[in-house]
Amino acid sequence: MKEFDLLAILLKPEFGLMLLHGIEATLQIAAGSWLLAMAIAIVLLVVRLTGQPIAERAVAAYVSYHRNVPTLVQLMLWYFGIFSLLPDALQAWLSEHNAETLLSIVALGLCQAAYFSEDMRSGLRSIPAGQAEAARALGHGYIGSMRHVMLPQAIRNAVPALVNHSVSLFKNSSLAMAIGVAELTHAVKEIESQSFRTFEAYSAATVLYLAFSLLIMAVGAWVARRYRIVGAR
Amino acid sequence: MFSIFEILRDNWLLLLVGQYPNGPLGGIVATLILSVLGIVLAFPLSVLLALARLSPWKLLRVPATVLVYIVRGVPLLMVILWVYFLVPILIGRDVSGFTTMLCTLVIYEGAYLSEVVRAGIQSLPKGQSEAARALGHSHLGTMFYVILPQALYNMLPSMLSQFISTIKETTLGYVINVQELTFAANQINNQLLTKPFQVFFILAMTYYVVCFSLTRLALWLERRIALKRLGTAVRQDPGASDLPPAVATHP
Repeated sequence: MKEFDLLAILLKPEFGLMLLHGIEATLQIAAGSWLLAMAIAIVLLVVRLTGQPIAERAVAAYVSYHRNVPTLVQLMLWYFGIFSLLPDALQAWLSEHNAETLLSIVALGLCQAAYFSEDMRSGLRSIPAGQAEAARALGHGYIGSMRHVMLPQAIRNAVPALVNHSVSLFKNSSLAMAIGVAELTHAVKEIESQSFRTFEAYSAATVLYLAFSLLIMAVGAWVARRYRIVGAR
Repeated sequence: MFSIFEILRDNWLLLLVGQYPNGPLGGIVATLILSVLGIVLAFPLSVLLALARLSPWKLLRVPATVLVYIVRGVPLLMVILWVYFLVPILIGRDVSGFTTMLCTLVIYEGAYLSEVVRAGIQSLPKGQSEAARALGHSHLGTMFYVILPQALYNMLPSMLSQFISTIKETTLGYVINVQELTFAANQINNQLLTKPFQVFFILAMTYYVVCFSLTRLALWLERRIALKRLGTAVRQDPGASDLPPAVATHP
């Protein structure tokens, strides 16, 4: 076995560039699907809060589907299945605009939205009903009691779970490799098969993934500390 | 819509057991065997990891904590690649995709399950371990005779949800060509070529049925255990006999 030499990969322009493009694609997918997931999760939460039985059923079914089907299978269903059902014009447009990346953002975003909306809902449910009743008694409307009393507490309660699921969303971006996106894991496999420096290539990717994950966890911990309610239990 | 049933009629055996009599076992049976073996083998590892993380000795606590954080911060796919590369070097011969996936699941689930075990241990009232220590048990004796039996029982629902995640994680075996359900569906798709949506819809629904029923089971178990704990708590508390029970314990 050759000795461990990380620089042999990092300093070679072609491999270094592959790695950079991989990081770029991974961050693109992670950030894009995070934003999509947050947006959908908020919509799902609002729909659930309306209390319409049919709407509630629909949201529950959405959450149940996305939590009980493996993420990779959802990704495949989007990329191989739903893509083939789209109208031809849309298919052509998607193929021109990097269909793999866009569809993996859609699939991962829709999937993670289910987890995010559940996190927010349990954040909201963990607040005693007395809080809402007190806010209403003090003359707040429904919106006002939500905005000034319930949501500020609910968001703080939900932060740890949201951070955990953001980390798993980031890690799930590696699944896009299975449908051919050239993200970090894909780039590293490519470098490995060209340079035969498996150990170095995998170490580089592992350290990068770990660094980003720990960064997300650290930011989450900082947010929780910065915005904690002084004197709260 | 009709073709979904046609595909199921023609390929149900492949989805169920793969090419079994003529080839390796695959399909949903292989998925389930892989997940059950994975969680069963990961369980002792996770208890050891949790005990190490809670141990009073730094020499055990630090490496266990580092290992858990590494596994939590790295994608499963990366762990698969590492195992795929390292295990043949370490044991000196090639291993099958099934074994690779099993090793990966044991490491990955061991780390995640250890967090569950740790939470279960920490959620027990402190009086339990203090009483055990006062009765003369050592730290390990306290853990094995008093803390773990209670903590593990209370954790059953969380362990079942971890089993559900394991089932979902076996799909990644597809990347290293492990013969399981996702692999079988891709085989069918490559044969038919013209009906990708129907094939992957069947695949998604199969996973849904399996995981959803297990989720319901976990919920039922959770309620049952909560009721049972409430029941024993009321019965064993001598002060409670003077007062009417706060909650109907056995409705």
